[in-house]
Amino acid sequence: MTSRLLVPSRRGLIKAGVAAGASALLAGCDRLSRAPAFRDFIGVEQDVTKAVQRSLLFHQPLAHEFKPSQMSPVFKVNGSRMPSDAGYQRLLDAEFRDYRLSVGGLVANPLSLSLRQIHDLPTRTQITRHDCVEGWSAIGKWTGAPLSEILLRAQLMGEARYIVFHCADNLRDIGDDPGFYYESIDLFDAFHPQTILAHTMNDRPLEVGHGAPLRLRVERQLGYKQAKYVMRIDAVRSLAGIGGGKGGYWEDHGYEWYAGI
Amino acid sequence: MGEGEAQIENPPDAPTEPAPPAREVIYRHKLATRITHWINVFCISLLLMSGFTILNAHPRLYWGQYGANADAPVFSITSMQREGRWIGITQIGALRFETTGVLGASEMNGRVVPRGMPAWITLPSYRDLATGRRWHFFLAWLFVVNGLVYLAFGFANGHFRRDIAPTREELKPKRLWADIVAHAKLHIPRGEESKRYNTLQKIAYAGVIFLILPLMLLTGLSMSPSFDALAPWLPQVFGGRQSARTIHFITANLIVLFVAVHLFEVFLVGAWNEIRSMITGYYEVKPEKAADVK
Repeated sequence: MTSRLLVPSRRGLIKAGVAAGASALLAGCDRLSRAPAFRDFIGVEQDVTKAVQRSLLFHQPLAHEFKPSQMSPVFKVNGSRMPSDAGYQRLLDAEFRDYRLSVGGLVANPLSLSLRQIHDLPTRTQITRHDCVEGWSAIGKWTGAPLSEILLRAQLMGEARYIVFHCADNLRDIGDDPGFYYESIDLFDAFHPQTILAHTMNDRPLEVGHGAPLRLRVERQLGYKQAKYVMRIDAVRSLAGIGGGKGGYWEDHGYEWYAGI
Repeated sequence: MGEGEAQIENPPDAPTEPAPPAREVIYRHKLATRITHWINVFCISLLLMSGFTILNAHPRLYWGQYGANADAPVFSITSMQREGRWIGITQIGALRFETTGVLGASEMNGRVVPRGMPAWITLPSYRDLATGRRWHFFLAWLFVVNGLVYLAFGFANGHFRRDIAPTREELKPKRLWADIVAHAKLHIPRGEESKRYNTLQKIAYAGVIFLILPLMLLTGLSMSPSFDALAPWLPQVFGGRQSARTIHFITANLIVLFVAVHLFEVFLVGAWNEIRSMITGYYEVKPEKAADVK
């Protein structure tokens, strides 16, 4: 095919355009990043990822479990290291003898469990990889009671959709939220065999830095879901009205509720 | 040859002014290629920038299953203070470089602050992992859908077989060497030669389409704890989640290298013609040099 074309010299024009475009693009991206409507728009990624991953995980496969030789020599302590709450400090001073895990909300049989009682529940041990949202990983060995065992004893009501974990620490130093740390998972993860309330880590009682006396392990999710210092578990129908309403401390600070990726 | 011959070739009733040489224009890029190309430009640019935001949350890379602050990194960007000023240190294996101004410490709002990648290349420019992740995964989905559309068209309309796959003949060492020499001499293809991709170009395109970009996606998925439950073998293929994260960073850099060479070639051969061909589809074939015309 043959035709005549005008090819004006536009190199200068293009160069100037590219430079101006790039800086406008950067400023524009920052403005978009802060605009609530746009954040909601790109937030659709969370719904798509959740829908796709959940449909692939329908058969509830286990997260990879590692050999003892593959464990991290040092398991990084992250987030709270020592809750400053006076109530927690009293429990710690008495080596958690007075600790009670309360299980309430939409349950027919609210519970108040001592550490002894939790130890007496069926136990699961797993060597799993902890993946922080920041990018690092650590492999540790966790022993505890499957959450399903506790929820079965508490007799979840039909309308319950989420399990909320209320914790003893607050991250005033990191965020600006005066409230306590909290997290939530849905029933899909709550009844997964590897979802446990761990009281033992690497064959020793859980250390304060890692969430003593009780920490949630929900192995197919990122680190911020693994709530430490769990004091109370509530079964709820909706996450609205709890904390900032997004289902967790970090969720209220912009992170996704679905932390599977 | 030259003016005289052109004159003779003119029919007798032609105007006395010699006609400008006819320009040959070919339809080079199909619509599907053009649309997916520009969506890809958008996605990859912003994926890179939001990826750097994510890297900045923990600018240390490891090899193996695990890796955190107590473990030895294979690559790291750190910041430290010296005489009240922030300096950046980049470490690759045992090599240490001071990279103040770019990596580890760079200017933000007029002050040098500790940060892994500089503000001008991260999305958003300010430190915000949650927003960087939101951008990254949104763009990743767009990139995957766009890539699937591109692959479907490429296989269906014969683009890969016809234009991308190097022929057996082209892969012969002698031909390959000739192509390498031509590239080294910045040879600009003209005429018939410019209507096809050259061998190195085909290898580069095929490598990016069928190796680097899929690796990018697979190493990305290897970092997803939920995806790992579905395919625990996937991170193992790369030597563990932290190795996969390191490879994700390496392949990202290979893409940057590819784009740099790609843009260099575009400007070398003729930016306007090349860019226009990826917008309208039409490419003007450079006539053979007069000396080459037999």
